[in-house]
Amino acid sequence: MKEVINLPVKNIEEEEYHINMGPQHPSTHGVLRLVVSLQGEIVKSLKPHCGYIHRGIEKMCEKDTYPQIIHLTDRMDYLSAHINNHAVCLLVEKALEVEVPERVKYIRTIIDELNRIASHQLWWCSFGMDMGGLTCFFYGLRDREKILDIFEESFGSRLLHSYYTPGGLMMDIHPNFQKGVKDFIKYFRKKIKDYDDILTGNIIMQERTKGIGVLTKEDAISYGVIGPSGRASGFSCDVRKHHPYGVYDKADFREILGNDGDTFTRYLMRMHEMRESMKIIEQLIDNIPAGDYTAKMKAVIKLPAGEYYQRVEAARGELGVYVVSDGNKTPYRMKFRSPNFSNLSALDHISRGVKIADLVAIGGSLDYVIPDIDR
Amino acid sequence: MNFSIYDFTSFNQWIDKFLYDNLPPFWAVVVEMTIIGLVFLLFYALVGLFLVYAERKVCAFMQNRVGPNRVGPYGFFQTIADFIKLMLKELITIKNADKLLFNIAPFIIIIASFMAIAAIPFAKGLHAIDFDIGILYVIAVSSLGVVGILLAGWSSNNKYSLIGAMRSGAQIVSYELSVGLSLLTIIILAGTMQFSQIVEGQANGWFIFKGHIPAFIAFVIFLIASTAETNRGPFDLAEAESELTAGFHTEYSGIKFAFFFLAEYMNMFIVASIAATVFLGGWMPFHVGAWEGFNHIMDFIPPFVWYIGKTFFVIWMMMWFKWTFPRLRIDQLLTLEWKYLLPINLVNILVMAFLVLMGWHF
Amino acid sequence: MDNATLKERILGLVPDAEFQENKQFLTFIIPPARMLDLAVALKTETDLAFDFLFCLSGVDMIKFLEVVYHFESTIHKHQLALKVRVADRENGSVETVSNIWRTAEFHEREIYDLLGIRFNNHPDLRRIFLEEDWKGHPLRKDYVDEVNIVEL
Repeated sequence: MKEVINLPVKNIEEEEYHINMGPQHPSTHGVLRLVVSLQGEIVKSLKPHCGYIHRGIEKMCEKDTYPQIIHLTDRMDYLSAHINNHAVCLLVEKALEVEVPERVKYIRTIIDELNRIASHQLWWCSFGMDMGGLTCFFYGLRDREKILDIFEESFGSRLLHSYYTPGGLMMDIHPNFQKGVKDFIKYFRKKIKDYDDILTGNIIMQERTKGIGVLTKEDAISYGVIGPSGRASGFSCDVRKHHPYGVYDKADFREILGNDGDTFTRYLMRMHEMRESMKIIEQLIDNIPAGDYTAKMKAVIKLPAGEYYQRVEAARGELGVYVVSDGNKTPYRMKFRSPNFSNLSALDHISRGVKIADLVAIGGSLDYVIPDIDR
Repeated sequence: MNFSIYDFTSFNQWIDKFLYDNLPPFWAVVVEMTIIGLVFLLFYALVGLFLVYAERKVCAFMQNRVGPNRVGPYGFFQTIADFIKLMLKELITIKNADKLLFNIAPFIIIIASFMAIAAIPFAKGLHAIDFDIGILYVIAVSSLGVVGILLAGWSSNNKYSLIGAMRSGAQIVSYELSVGLSLLTIIILAGTMQFSQIVEGQANGWFIFKGHIPAFIAFVIFLIASTAETNRGPFDLAEAESELTAGFHTEYSGIKFAFFFLAEYMNMFIVASIAATVFLGGWMPFHVGAWEGFNHIMDFIPPFVWYIGKTFFVIWMMMWFKWTFPRLRIDQLLTLEWKYLLPINLVNILVMAFLVLMGWHF
Repeated sequence: MDNATLKERILGLVPDAEFQENKQFLTFIIPPARMLDLAVALKTETDLAFDFLFCLSGVDMIKFLEVVYHFESTIHKHQLALKVRVADRENGSVETVSNIWRTAEFHEREIYDLLGIRFNNHPDLRRIFLEEDWKGHPLRKDYVDEVNIVEL
């Protein structure tokens, strides 16, 4: 008699299909690995694996002096390098109670905003590319080049500037700086309309992003999703408004808040933010006061023993620098609270139940920069 | 109307007669087939190379770039250099891949596009086979390509490839319907499925003008559906480089990848040719009702030039779509087909049938 | 709520909290056992409403390990810093707050990875940056790595 073998019956509905998105994948924008569990095309859950370019910046800082640390902060969120520099400079100035000249504050604020526009331009092109519109990529890069040219003219570098020093700036701005910035604003006001024409108004793009990856305000606060991504959910988290630094208190600009918290709102927030940044620059560019480009600082900077915390608004959200000093020329412990790290933590929460294509769009709208996550 | 200067019929008949006079019938057929095969192979390669070049230039133009400009004048030989590079590259065999299917897949795709090209009339008397069911043949043959894509995705032993292939299967099977139905609209108007007859029927006006609004709607639907059927952007979900790295051909390298690449462009050429033949008069010159002088001048432009011009206009439109639109999502893609294009198409056919019945077309 | 009232309020909730002088934030050192109760109170009590944990860091103070929480209330706009000290360097642990502030999940994993402080009841306590088989915790002051760290 034949023996009946009862094979275990697998329920296909319950089986999960795992794919590794990354570390080499066109739309993870760097070496991030997402282990995605799929059911057909639908994302069940995902686990981010970071650390592929963890360089131990926090550990390196413990061996470096404060002016040296500035060069390390460039390498975190390389797209908002100036703003990262600004955080450390402000922290040192606050700890030493140094009053920097007005001219420095103005220049720093203008350059921060230029940096923010450049960063959002790159975000726009890569977001367009994630959506499959490759043409966006070239439009964005073309305009970003103009800002980099201004940077190059003034301080010789295009990506990792290290232009700010504790107490001031490395050198004074180039005589052409003001004219270059004004020309750029005039140019970009025209070009940003192209951005809207090619991507914002596109019906495919709107259909693909509206109502996808919704993050409520409560979740945004709880996950610490900040910057434009947090503001899309209605979380008022603009450090420039709440804890002003530089000359943001003298500029008239709006903190734009969204309601829906979906991918499209996150997209719109950044488009609006570029316009607001241009507004800030326009108000400040003609009013740069004359004066020194740096305050008088001691040759060796030693922070008094204690703890200091400085928050700045980087292009992707609030960057926090926490320093424990024991009175030496190197910090005892330096912690960077980077915006992308907490933004990434919400990715699993908002991308459950969406399609693979949506996951790419959500990732693009959160705009993560991997070196900033890994540090 | 007189096309005698550009009529290839007598030329073909002369070759045919010459061969049959000098060779036994069997060998005459063999020689004829070989000649046709070689001519198509050459044509295929030339068009493929040119289309790749054209795409790069068009896309560069849309993206504020210059495009290829180093190899030869205006970078014209760039694609040839690329082709040589692809020929010399190593063919990587994937571990645990289904070797037989993996190797067959690119050939299936390229054979499908090769077969479709045979029925297309390039000028009067210049086509390989003039089937009396030409349109049906082309639809049938061009949908063979999906088998190749499915096999490529399945045999690669790669999860991205599999997802890409599955997407592609769903997509092509769905859009096949719209392609067929939009062509059916014109078949009702033309009253024949033979390509040569369809072109002849457009001597006094292209079908897109003769068929009123239904013909125009059919043309738009055909354009959308055929773009989807050739897996080109914004419907390039099967490749979707930002989602699936390269979809079904992720694991292919060297000349096998080149086959996929070439087949994509040739499929584009084929659907553009069908669009040009069925809707835009094929090799027929552009004529306006009573303008005798104008019509006469148009007649002097060779039909082959007309045909190529129309085809490349359609190809250019497809490139324009690709480089300006973001990609659709799979559910939107299927919604577009089943909920919009298909019902519109069915109503359109009824309207067209009614028009033809009442004799209201031109 | 201004800092003086906030101080009274916190000391009312945790009487054995130790106040620490700091120019920027109102800072307290909280006994590890009381942290979870206090965290729940900070989030839920309407007059406190510290809903935004904007920084969570770990510090190796050699004698003990320290976890520093920086809170802000998005409603009342007041800020607070809390410290929890872990004396046991090898098996020291703190209650997780990741179920109260979801952002803590990643930050606690980072602290566990780099400083080796364990978080009880954490949903997914794995190393986040370094490999699973990495030896030691790099941000500790007594960490030695002769290959990767070059001392000048």
